[in-house]
Amino acid sequence: MTDQQPSIGSTVALAKPELDGLLADLRRGGFRTVGPRARDEGIVYAEIESLADLPRGIQTAQKPASYRMTQTGQNRCFDFIPGSQSWKQFLFPPRTELFTARKESGKWKLDENIEEQPRYAFIGVRACELAAIEIQDRVFMRPDFTDPVYRARRAGLFILAVNCTHPNDTCFCTSMGTGPAHKAGYDLCLTELDEVFLVQVGSELGRSLLAKRTFDLPSAFVQKNAADALESAARSITRTLDTDGLPELLMDSLESGRWAEIGKRCLSCANCTLVCPTCFCWDATDLPDLTGKTARRERVWDSCFNLQYSYMAGGNTRPTIRSRYRQWLTHKLSTWKDQFGVPGCVGCGRCITWCPASIDLTEEIPALRAEVKK
Amino acid sequence: MAAAPKPKVAVYKFSSCDGCQLSILNLEDELLDLAGAVDIAYFLEATRTEKPGPYDVGIVEGSVSTPHEAERIKQIRENVRILVSLGTCATAGGIQALRNFVKASDLAEQVYAHPEFLHYLDTSTPLSEHVAVDLEVWGCPVSKKTVVEVLTALVQGRRPNFPPSPVCLECKRNGTVCVAVAQGIPCMGPVVHGGCGAICPANGRGCYGCFGPSGAANITSLVNINQSLERFAGESALLIRNFSGYAPAFRKAADEAARLARKEEAK
Amino acid sequence: MTTLIDTASHHAGHTDQLITPDWAEIVRITPEADGVTTFWFKFTSPEVQARYRFAPGQFNMLYLPGCGEAAISMSSDPDAPDRLVGHTTRLVGNVTKGIGKLQVGDTVGMRGPFGTCWPMAELEGKDLVIACGGIGLPPLRPAIYHILRSREKYGKVTLLYGARTPKDLLYQNEYETWKQADIDVQVTVDRGDEAWDGRVGVVPMWFYHFRVDPQKTAILTCGPEIMIRFVIYEALARRIPAGRIYVSMERNMKCGQGACGHCQMGPYFVCKDGPVFPFSALEKFFNVEEF
Repeated sequence: MTDQQPSIGSTVALAKPELDGLLADLRRGGFRTVGPRARDEGIVYAEIESLADLPRGIQTAQKPASYRMTQTGQNRCFDFIPGSQSWKQFLFPPRTELFTARKESGKWKLDENIEEQPRYAFIGVRACELAAIEIQDRVFMRPDFTDPVYRARRAGLFILAVNCTHPNDTCFCTSMGTGPAHKAGYDLCLTELDEVFLVQVGSELGRSLLAKRTFDLPSAFVQKNAADALESAARSITRTLDTDGLPELLMDSLESGRWAEIGKRCLSCANCTLVCPTCFCWDATDLPDLTGKTARRERVWDSCFNLQYSYMAGGNTRPTIRSRYRQWLTHKLSTWKDQFGVPGCVGCGRCITWCPASIDLTEEIPALRAEVKK
Repeated sequence: MAAAPKPKVAVYKFSSCDGCQLSILNLEDELLDLAGAVDIAYFLEATRTEKPGPYDVGIVEGSVSTPHEAERIKQIRENVRILVSLGTCATAGGIQALRNFVKASDLAEQVYAHPEFLHYLDTSTPLSEHVAVDLEVWGCPVSKKTVVEVLTALVQGRRPNFPPSPVCLECKRNGTVCVAVAQGIPCMGPVVHGGCGAICPANGRGCYGCFGPSGAANITSLVNINQSLERFAGESALLIRNFSGYAPAFRKAADEAARLARKEEAK
Repeated sequence: MTTLIDTASHHAGHTDQLITPDWAEIVRITPEADGVTTFWFKFTSPEVQARYRFAPGQFNMLYLPGCGEAAISMSSDPDAPDRLVGHTTRLVGNVTKGIGKLQVGDTVGMRGPFGTCWPMAELEGKDLVIACGGIGLPPLRPAIYHILRSREKYGKVTLLYGARTPKDLLYQNEYETWKQADIDVQVTVDRGDEAWDGRVGVVPMWFYHFRVDPQKTAILTCGPEIMIRFVIYEALARRIPAGRIYVSMERNMKCGQGACGHCQMGPYFVCKDGPVFPFSALEKFFNVEEF
């Protein structure tokens, strides 16, 4: 126990039960605290109120098309690697009601959805996930266009980050330069050890919340344990993606026969795009009522793998799975950079784990590279 | 827009469980609007009043599985301007089309004491094998949302909006954990037309394809995947040969899966 | 990424609102050809009506509640005194068919204007070949009106316009006015009828017969993709630089703001970085199949 006040940039040791007080303070402050929960054999992000809601003792094993959880019985809450859900569901919800058009005495009127946007506190954001949020910031908050739903939710966001200590087989954040340890962009950042959380302070809001808790200055032993854990986590990531000249490589590979090969396996099911924490495509649809006098307009997640995505009166731009997969991969790793200055991939591995067909971009890129070299 | 006369609608039942007609009756919140928007001229499950045809819209539930039905669908076609096949029976033959893959008379003998009193066709077939169909609506049963969209579109004189996207899209929008990836349960979701709300995976089971093949379905690839997930031999083939098994895309894939299974057995 | 062509960005709508339309009333309906109609709109809000400006080549998203939205280029005079916004469209999709059933006085939702425009200021002093087919003329008509207003600023102007049959030719009663303003109006059809004594053949084929000065000619083209392709081949064959061949691309435009992703073509969001591109920007992947 110490009388010292935490400061931005400093690190303290927090007994695990203290997290409950932090969550309670956030909730009292009007935040909806969302974090990982074990549900239906996977980890999902949902409302959590206390430490007890977290997936204590759960570790995960991932490989292409497979995600399995095991209970270790250990008193640790963040030993798993996230499941198919990502935080984008809160900042860019899968369904958003935009407005209702109403016909009154022959003329259309519009009732905008003026619902106040919720204020979220994300509990347990991984470094790759924070990188993904920063990528979506570039997508949804451009100088020339800002998505009002995203902007409001992002502005109110509190981020409690967590450093990854148990990466899985599909992780390749080290190649993308995003993890497994956090660098910046959080309010508070935890490194979990058996007995305590090591907490780094990243913002004034984080500092003031932490100041209300009972904490200790971290011992050199604890600090070394944390550093070792992060180092060994980074070392344990063996999957790699060579990003050298990648945007150019993909643009030079547009006519490669490899796309047709992938097209034979790809289900065009859209799962990779929906689990991707950076994919941002959406569609707007009308839900009219039978009288024809009102129509609710809704924004929903869409995917470049959907047939209708590139539909035109003159014919579909990408009628084959081959061309749709090519669109996804070239966008993600090449043209995304033209559009937003960075690639659209953070190396979280979700698209590999959750592809029912085990299609693995870290296998496809070397194959394309080998072809170009020939 | 000038008030157009209300379209006259007739609802018919063929070989089916009545579930799709019930989906219309289950509209509850919309029933009053429906009554205001269309003239229900013939709908025996709902009302005894029968107004004579011709009708603007004929909605048919059920498949053609008796000689009588084969005749009746032709008469209906002549009596309606727009013919809608409602549900998987009318659109692909339904679960009763399982008999199309075996000898129907064998089944009849096993089930009935006096099969000679039965009048049936050897196959259960979609309406489209008998007459021209203007709109095919999938589902076993059709979902409420689908029914509302069909009826609204018919009233507004436009094509209904049924995006040909797979069940996976709805599953992920719902935040459901993939049963195939997290539990190794064979699932048809990647190749099946959405519209159901992905309720099966949300309840911990694989999609069994009652909404028929999706627009972009790569069924061959899914068959390979599901074979690797089989919990008993032949499970993946049975999964395709299910509620929508007689749909051409599934039929072809099931034959292929059965062929592969036989090859496996021979090893 | 830099936008290719500076657009007169006079958005009527709200740049930070998600696809929220303004309402516009149909004030006039002009049947143009079989299945092609021009609808003339005025915003119901006087402020929006006063503020709204567009540049030739830009488009609006027209919204029919219950049906959805469709991207349609403006076909009217951007500087018309009555400031009416004209949209010429083929009544084929759910939305346009629905709009086709409307009458004068009915309202639709409207967002825009969106996208890049024909670079009319940059083209001053140049000879222009406007090559279009079918429903590709409407997005170019605002450019023609612009030329008519300041004819002296442009060199030789040729309109090469093709349609399937004589009956499908749009805006036939305006050709005379255009000709009088020294625009060389060359019309061709795929199939003539008894009354037709004009040209028969496709646009690129007639293009072949024209003499152009590659030093000072610019091409403006819009129409079926196959026609565009051949126009580009012809233009390049005459050594017109790719940067002076302007193409209006079609993609599945949905949000109009480069946000929803649907209209992507390589690095571009066609709704925002296009629809009008200099061919030099497209060259790299124009021949990639299903791109």
